[in-house]
Amino acid sequence: MTKPIQSEIVGRGVGICDAPEPRPSYLIAYLLLGMAFGVVMTRSEVLSWFRIQEMFHFQSFRMYGIIGSAIVTAAISVAIIKRTGLKSVSGERISIPPKQLGRGIRYAVGGTIFGLGWALTGACPGALFALIGNGVSVMVVAVVSAVAGTWVYGWMRPKLPH
Amino acid sequence: MTTWFSNEWPWYVAGPLLGLFVPALLIVGNKQFGISSNLRHLCSIITPGKVEFFRYDWRRVGLWNLVFLGGVLIGSVQVAHGGAGHEIAISLKTRLALSKLGIHDFSGVAPHELFNWHVLLTLRGFVSVVVGGFLVGFGSSYAGGCTSGHAISGLANFELPSLIAVIGFFVGGLAATYFILPYLLGGL
Repeated sequence: MTKPIQSEIVGRGVGICDAPEPRPSYLIAYLLLGMAFGVVMTRSEVLSWFRIQEMFHFQSFRMYGIIGSAIVTAAISVAIIKRTGLKSVSGERISIPPKQLGRGIRYAVGGTIFGLGWALTGACPGALFALIGNGVSVMVVAVVSAVAGTWVYGWMRPKLPH
Repeated sequence: MTTWFSNEWPWYVAGPLLGLFVPALLIVGNKQFGISSNLRHLCSIITPGKVEFFRYDWRRVGLWNLVFLGGVLIGSVQVAHGGAGHEIAISLKTRLALSKLGIHDFSGVAPHELFNWHVLLTLRGFVSVVVGGFLVGFGSSYAGGCTSGHAISGLANFELPSLIAVIGFFVGGLAATYFILPYLLGGL
Protein backbone atom coordinates (compact mmCIF):
# COMPACT_ATOMS: atom_id res chain seq x y z
CA MET A 1 0.00 0.00 0.00
CA THR A 2 1.40 3.34 -1.02
CA LYS A 3 1.41 6.02 1.59
CA PRO A 4 -0.37 9.19 0.57
CA ILE A 5 1.89 11.82 -0.92
CA GLN A 6 1.09 14.29 1.85
CA SER A 7 2.57 12.23 4.66
CA GLU A 8 5.52 11.32 2.47
CA ILE A 9 6.37 14.96 1.94
CA VAL A 10 5.82 15.83 5.57
CA GLY A 11 8.07 12.93 6.47
CA ARG A 12 10.79 14.45 4.38
CA GLY A 13 10.56 17.64 6.37
CA VAL A 14 8.96 19.84 3.77
CA GLY A 15 5.37 19.80 4.87
CA ILE A 16 2.87 20.65 2.18
CA CYS A 17 0.41 22.17 4.64
CA ASP A 18 2.81 24.37 6.58
CA ALA A 19 5.04 25.44 3.71
CA PRO A 20 3.92 28.66 2.09
CA GLU A 21 5.45 29.58 -1.25
CA PRO A 22 8.69 31.37 -0.31
CA ARG A 23 8.84 35.10 -0.83
CA PRO A 24 11.36 36.43 -3.40
CA SER A 25 13.60 37.86 -0.68
CA TYR A 26 14.01 34.38 0.76
CA LEU A 27 14.72 32.92 -2.65
CA ILE A 28 17.72 35.27 -2.88
CA ALA A 29 18.95 33.88 0.45
CA TYR A 30 18.61 30.32 -0.88
CA LEU A 31 20.43 31.29 -4.07
CA LEU A 32 23.32 32.77 -2.07
CA LEU A 33 23.47 29.73 0.21
CA GLY A 34 23.47 27.47 -2.85
CA MET A 35 26.35 29.46 -4.34
CA ALA A 36 28.28 29.08 -1.09
CA PHE A 37 27.57 25.34 -1.21
CA GLY A 38 28.93 25.18 -4.75
CA VAL A 39 32.11 26.90 -3.53
CA VAL A 40 32.50 24.49 -0.60
CA MET A 41 31.81 21.43 -2.78
CA THR A 42 34.51 22.54 -5.20
CA ARG A 43 37.14 23.65 -2.69
CA SER A 44 36.58 20.64 -0.42
CA GLU A 45 36.98 18.43 -3.53
CA VAL A 46 34.16 16.14 -2.35
CA LEU A 47 32.90 16.35 -5.95
CA SER A 48 36.01 14.65 -7.29
CA TRP A 49 35.88 11.06 -8.57
CA PHE A 50 39.51 10.77 -7.44
CA ARG A 51 38.63 11.76 -3.85
CA ILE A 52 35.69 9.31 -3.81
CA GLN A 53 37.98 6.51 -4.99
CA GLU A 54 40.54 7.46 -2.34
CA MET A 55 37.76 7.24 0.25
CA PHE A 56 36.44 3.84 -0.90
CA HIS A 57 40.03 2.54 -0.91
CA PHE A 58 40.44 3.80 2.69
CA GLN A 59 43.70 5.47 1.68
CA SER A 60 43.17 8.91 3.13
CA PHE A 61 41.51 10.34 6.19
CA ARG A 62 40.42 13.42 4.27
CA MET A 63 36.89 12.44 3.15
CA TYR A 64 36.13 10.83 6.50
CA GLY A 65 37.40 13.94 8.27
CA ILE A 66 35.19 16.14 6.09
CA ILE A 67 32.03 14.04 6.46
CA GLY A 68 32.65 13.41 10.18
CA SER A 69 33.30 17.04 11.08
CA ALA A 70 30.31 18.11 8.94
CA ILE A 71 28.05 15.76 10.94
CA VAL A 72 29.48 16.93 14.29
CA THR A 73 29.04 20.59 13.34
CA ALA A 74 25.49 20.01 12.11
CA ALA A 75 24.61 17.91 15.19
CA ILE A 76 25.83 20.57 17.61
CA SER A 77 23.94 23.27 15.69
CA VAL A 78 20.74 21.21 15.59
CA ALA A 79 21.01 20.48 19.33
CA ILE A 80 21.41 24.19 20.10
CA ILE A 81 18.46 25.08 17.84
CA LYS A 82 16.26 22.44 19.51
CA ARG A 83 17.25 23.47 23.04
CA THR A 84 16.67 27.18 22.46
CA GLY A 85 13.40 26.61 20.56
CA LEU A 86 14.63 29.05 17.97
CA LYS A 87 12.31 30.47 15.33
CA SER A 88 13.39 30.80 11.72
CA VAL A 89 13.88 34.20 10.10
CA SER A 90 10.65 33.46 8.21
CA GLY A 91 8.89 33.26 11.60
CA GLU A 92 8.23 29.52 11.79
CA ARG A 93 9.13 27.45 14.78
CA ILE A 94 12.02 25.28 13.62
CA SER A 95 11.06 21.61 13.57
CA ILE A 96 12.71 18.54 12.13
CA PRO A 97 10.11 15.86 11.45
CA PRO A 98 11.69 12.43 12.04
CA LYS A 99 11.98 10.04 9.10
CA GLN A 100 9.68 7.03 9.27
CA LEU A 101 11.63 3.80 9.71
CA GLY A 102 8.89 1.44 8.56
CA ARG A 103 10.44 -1.88 7.66
CA GLY A 104 13.65 -0.07 6.78
CA ILE A 105 13.97 -1.80 3.41
CA ARG A 106 13.96 1.43 1.46
CA TYR A 107 16.95 2.73 3.41
CA ALA A 108 19.03 -0.44 3.11
CA VAL A 109 18.23 -1.25 -0.53
CA GLY A 110 17.87 2.32 -1.79
CA GLY A 111 21.03 3.30 0.07
CA THR A 112 23.01 0.46 -1.49
CA ILE A 113 21.76 1.31 -4.99
CA PHE A 114 22.71 4.95 -4.38
CA GLY A 115 26.16 3.82 -3.18
CA LEU A 116 26.76 1.94 -6.43
CA GLY A 117 25.94 5.07 -8.38
CA TRP A 118 28.02 7.24 -6.04
CA ALA A 119 31.16 5.19 -6.71
CA LEU A 120 30.53 4.83 -10.47
CA THR A 121 29.89 8.52 -11.13
CA GLY A 122 32.21 9.61 -8.32
CA ALA A 123 29.49 12.09 -7.45
CA CYS A 124 26.52 12.56 -5.16
CA PRO A 125 23.54 14.53 -6.54
CA GLY A 126 24.93 17.91 -5.43
CA ALA A 127 28.29 17.07 -6.97
CA LEU A 128 26.69 16.20 -10.32
CA PHE A 129 25.59 19.81 -10.62
CA ALA A 130 28.80 21.28 -9.20
CA LEU A 131 30.79 19.18 -11.69
CA ILE A 132 28.91 20.79 -14.56
CA GLY A 133 29.95 24.12 -13.07
CA ASN A 134 33.50 22.80 -12.93
CA GLY A 135 33.43 22.23 -16.67
CA VAL A 136 32.77 18.47 -16.74
CA SER A 137 29.98 19.11 -19.22
CA VAL A 138 29.23 15.42 -19.88
CA MET A 139 27.69 15.34 -16.38
CA VAL A 140 24.64 16.97 -17.97
CA VAL A 141 23.93 13.44 -19.25
CA ALA A 142 24.39 12.02 -15.73
CA VAL A 143 21.88 14.56 -14.39
CA VAL A 144 19.34 13.63 -17.08
CA SER A 145 19.94 9.99 -16.21
CA ALA A 146 19.51 10.71 -12.49
CA VAL A 147 16.19 12.43 -13.19
CA ALA A 148 15.19 9.41 -15.28
CA GLY A 149 16.19 7.11 -12.39
CA THR A 150 14.07 9.16 -10.02
CA TRP A 151 11.13 9.00 -12.42
CA VAL A 152 11.43 5.23 -12.76
CA TYR A 153 11.47 4.95 -8.96
CA GLY A 154 8.33 7.09 -8.72
CA TRP A 155 6.66 4.93 -11.35
CA MET A 156 7.67 1.62 -9.67
CA ARG A 157 7.09 2.92 -6.15
CA PRO A 158 3.72 1.21 -5.50
CA LYS A 159 5.33 -2.16 -6.29
CA LEU A 160 8.58 -1.71 -4.34
CA PRO A 161 9.01 -2.83 -0.72
CA HIS A 162 9.63 0.02 1.68
CA MET B 1 42.79 35.26 -0.55
CA THR B 2 43.65 34.18 -4.07
CA THR B 3 45.36 30.99 -2.92
CA TRP B 4 42.47 30.37 -0.53
CA PHE B 5 40.13 30.26 -3.49
CA SER B 6 42.38 28.30 -5.81
CA ASN B 7 43.61 25.53 -3.53
CA GLU B 8 41.78 22.75 -1.77
CA TRP B 9 40.69 23.50 1.78
CA PRO B 10 41.88 21.26 4.62
CA TRP B 11 39.26 18.80 5.90
CA TYR B 12 38.84 20.63 9.22
CA VAL B 13 37.78 23.76 7.33
CA ALA B 14 35.71 22.11 4.58
CA GLY B 15 33.83 19.70 6.88
CA PRO B 16 32.48 22.20 9.43
CA LEU B 17 31.54 24.58 6.59
CA LEU B 18 29.54 21.79 4.92
CA GLY B 19 27.85 21.02 8.24
CA LEU B 20 26.79 24.64 8.69
CA PHE B 21 24.38 24.39 5.75
CA VAL B 22 22.05 22.38 7.99
CA PRO B 23 21.48 25.15 10.61
CA ALA B 24 21.70 27.88 7.95
CA LEU B 25 18.70 26.49 6.03
CA LEU B 26 16.78 25.79 9.22
CA ILE B 27 17.35 29.32 10.49
CA VAL B 28 16.53 31.06 7.21
CA GLY B 29 13.27 29.25 6.47
CA ASN B 30 12.87 26.04 8.50
CA LYS B 31 14.16 24.06 5.51
CA GLN B 32 15.84 20.67 5.57
CA PHE B 33 19.19 20.42 3.84
CA GLY B 34 18.94 17.77 1.11
CA ILE B 35 19.85 17.93 -2.56
CA SER B 36 18.21 14.81 -4.00
CA SER B 37 14.64 16.09 -3.42
CA ASN B 38 15.38 18.33 -6.40
CA LEU B 39 15.49 15.32 -8.72
CA ARG B 40 11.91 14.60 -7.64
CA HIS B 41 10.90 18.24 -8.10
CA LEU B 42 12.36 18.16 -11.62
CA CYS B 43 10.24 15.08 -12.40
CA SER B 44 7.21 16.90 -11.01
CA ILE B 45 7.89 19.81 -13.37
CA ILE B 46 8.51 17.62 -16.43
CA THR B 47 5.66 15.12 -16.00
CA PRO B 48 3.06 16.67 -13.71
CA GLY B 49 0.17 14.47 -12.74
CA LYS B 50 1.20 11.27 -14.49
CA VAL B 51 2.69 9.46 -11.50
CA GLU B 52 1.32 9.87 -7.98
CA PHE B 53 4.82 10.36 -6.51
CA PHE B 54 5.26 13.51 -8.60
CA ARG B 55 1.75 14.92 -8.08
CA TYR B 56 2.28 17.87 -5.74
CA ASP B 57 2.82 21.61 -5.88
CA TRP B 58 6.56 21.74 -6.60
CA ARG B 59 6.61 25.53 -6.34
CA ARG B 60 5.39 25.46 -2.77
CA VAL B 61 7.44 22.45 -1.71
CA GLY B 62 10.57 22.66 -3.76
CA LEU B 63 11.12 26.03 -5.40
CA TRP B 64 13.50 27.12 -2.63
CA ASN B 65 15.59 23.97 -3.11
CA LEU B 66 15.70 24.33 -6.90
CA VAL B 67 16.90 27.90 -6.43
CA PHE B 68 19.52 26.58 -3.98
CA LEU B 69 20.58 24.06 -6.65
CA GLY B 70 20.86 26.84 -9.23
CA GLY B 71 23.16 28.57 -6.78
CA VAL B 72 25.32 25.44 -6.55
CA LEU B 73 25.81 25.56 -10.31
CA ILE B 74 26.68 29.28 -10.29
CA GLY B 75 28.92 29.04 -7.23
CA SER B 76 30.92 26.14 -8.59
CA VAL B 77 31.54 27.98 -11.87
CA GLN B 78 32.94 30.90 -9.88
CA VAL B 79 35.62 28.85 -8.18
CA ALA B 80 36.04 25.97 -10.65
CA HIS B 81 39.44 24.35 -10.49
CA GLY B 82 41.54 26.47 -12.81
CA GLY B 83 43.53 25.14 -15.72
CA ALA B 84 43.32 21.79 -17.46
CA GLY B 85 46.52 20.67 -15.73
CA HIS B 86 45.15 20.98 -12.19
CA GLU B 87 45.45 17.71 -10.32
CA ILE B 88 43.59 16.60 -7.21
CA ALA B 89 46.26 15.72 -4.65
CA ILE B 90 45.09 12.20 -3.87
CA SER B 91 47.30 9.86 -1.88
CA LEU B 92 50.11 8.10 -3.69
CA LYS B 93 48.62 4.70 -2.86
CA THR B 94 45.33 5.57 -4.55
CA ARG B 95 47.17 6.97 -7.54
CA LEU B 96 49.12 3.74 -7.89
CA ALA B 97 46.00 1.60 -7.45
CA LEU B 98 44.15 3.62 -10.10
CA SER B 99 47.02 3.57 -12.56
CA LYS B 100 47.19 -0.20 -12.19
CA LEU B 101 43.52 -0.24 -13.19
CA GLY B 102 44.36 1.81 -16.24
CA ILE B 103 43.75 5.45 -15.24
CA HIS B 104 46.64 7.47 -16.67
CA ASP B 105 45.30 11.01 -16.84
CA PHE B 106 45.12 12.49 -13.34
CA SER B 107 44.33 16.05 -14.39
CA GLY B 108 40.99 17.65 -13.54
CA VAL B 109 38.39 16.76 -10.90
CA ALA B 110 37.22 13.61 -12.73
CA PRO B 111 39.24 11.34 -15.05
CA HIS B 112 38.93 12.36 -18.69
CA GLU B 113 39.24 8.68 -19.63
CA LEU B 114 35.75 8.10 -18.18
CA PHE B 115 33.96 11.46 -18.09
CA ASN B 116 34.22 12.82 -21.57
CA TRP B 117 31.78 13.16 -24.46
CA HIS B 118 34.17 11.13 -26.65
CA VAL B 119 33.93 8.04 -24.44
CA LEU B 120 30.26 8.39 -23.44
CA LEU B 121 29.20 5.58 -25.76
CA THR B 122 32.01 3.22 -24.80
CA LEU B 123 31.15 0.66 -22.10
CA ARG B 124 33.21 2.39 -19.40
CA GLY B 125 31.88 5.86 -20.25
CA PHE B 126 28.28 4.69 -20.46
CA VAL B 127 28.43 2.79 -17.16
CA SER B 128 30.18 5.66 -15.36
CA VAL B 129 27.88 8.43 -16.59
CA VAL B 130 24.55 6.98 -17.71
CA VAL B 131 24.21 3.88 -15.50
CA GLY B 132 25.89 5.61 -12.56
CA GLY B 133 23.64 8.65 -12.89
CA PHE B 134 20.54 6.47 -13.12
CA LEU B 135 21.52 4.58 -9.94
CA VAL B 136 22.19 7.87 -8.11
CA GLY B 137 18.69 9.08 -9.00
CA PHE B 138 16.87 5.81 -8.40
CA GLY B 139 18.77 4.99 -5.20
CA SER B 140 18.52 8.40 -3.56
CA SER B 141 14.78 8.59 -4.25
CA TYR B 142 14.21 5.05 -2.99
CA ALA B 143 16.28 5.78 0.14
CA GLY B 144 14.57 9.15 0.57
CA GLY B 145 17.80 11.11 0.60
CA CYS B 146 21.44 11.24 -0.43
CA THR B 147 24.71 12.21 1.19
CA SER B 148 23.37 15.61 2.21
CA GLY B 149 19.93 14.51 3.41
CA HIS B 150 20.92 11.27 5.14
CA ALA B 151 24.66 11.40 5.88
CA ILE B 152 24.74 15.00 7.09
CA SER B 153 21.19 16.18 7.99
CA GLY B 154 19.92 12.77 9.14
CA LEU B 155 22.92 11.58 11.13
CA ALA B 156 23.24 15.02 12.76
CA ASN B 157 19.69 14.47 14.04
CA PHE B 158 20.58 10.92 15.21
CA GLU B 159 18.06 9.22 12.94
CA LEU B 160 18.23 5.43 12.60
CA PRO B 161 16.82 5.41 9.02
CA SER B 162 19.68 7.67 7.96
CA LEU B 163 22.26 5.42 9.62
CA ILE B 164 20.88 2.42 7.70
CA ALA B 165 20.96 4.46 4.48
CA VAL B 166 24.56 5.60 5.05
CA ILE B 167 25.69 2.02 5.73
CA GLY B 168 23.98 1.16 2.44
CA PHE B 169 25.85 4.00 0.69
CA PHE B 170 29.14 2.41 1.74
CA VAL B 171 28.09 -1.17 0.98
CA GLY B 172 27.13 -0.09 -2.55
CA GLY B 173 30.17 2.16 -2.97
CA LEU B 174 32.60 -0.53 -1.87
CA ALA B 175 30.89 -3.13 -4.07
CA ALA B 176 31.23 -0.87 -7.11
CA THR B 177 34.83 0.01 -6.22
CA TYR B 178 36.03 -3.56 -5.75
CA PHE B 179 33.74 -5.64 -7.97
CA ILE B 180 32.69 -3.38 -10.84
CA LEU B 181 35.36 -0.77 -11.48
CA PRO B 182 38.31 -3.20 -11.88
CA TYR B 183 36.46 -5.00 -14.69
CA LEU B 184 35.10 -1.82 -16.17
CA LEU B 185 38.54 -0.20 -16.31
CA GLY B 186 40.37 -3.40 -17.20
CA GLY B 187 40.13 -2.63 -20.89
CA LEU B 188 41.74 0.81 -20.65
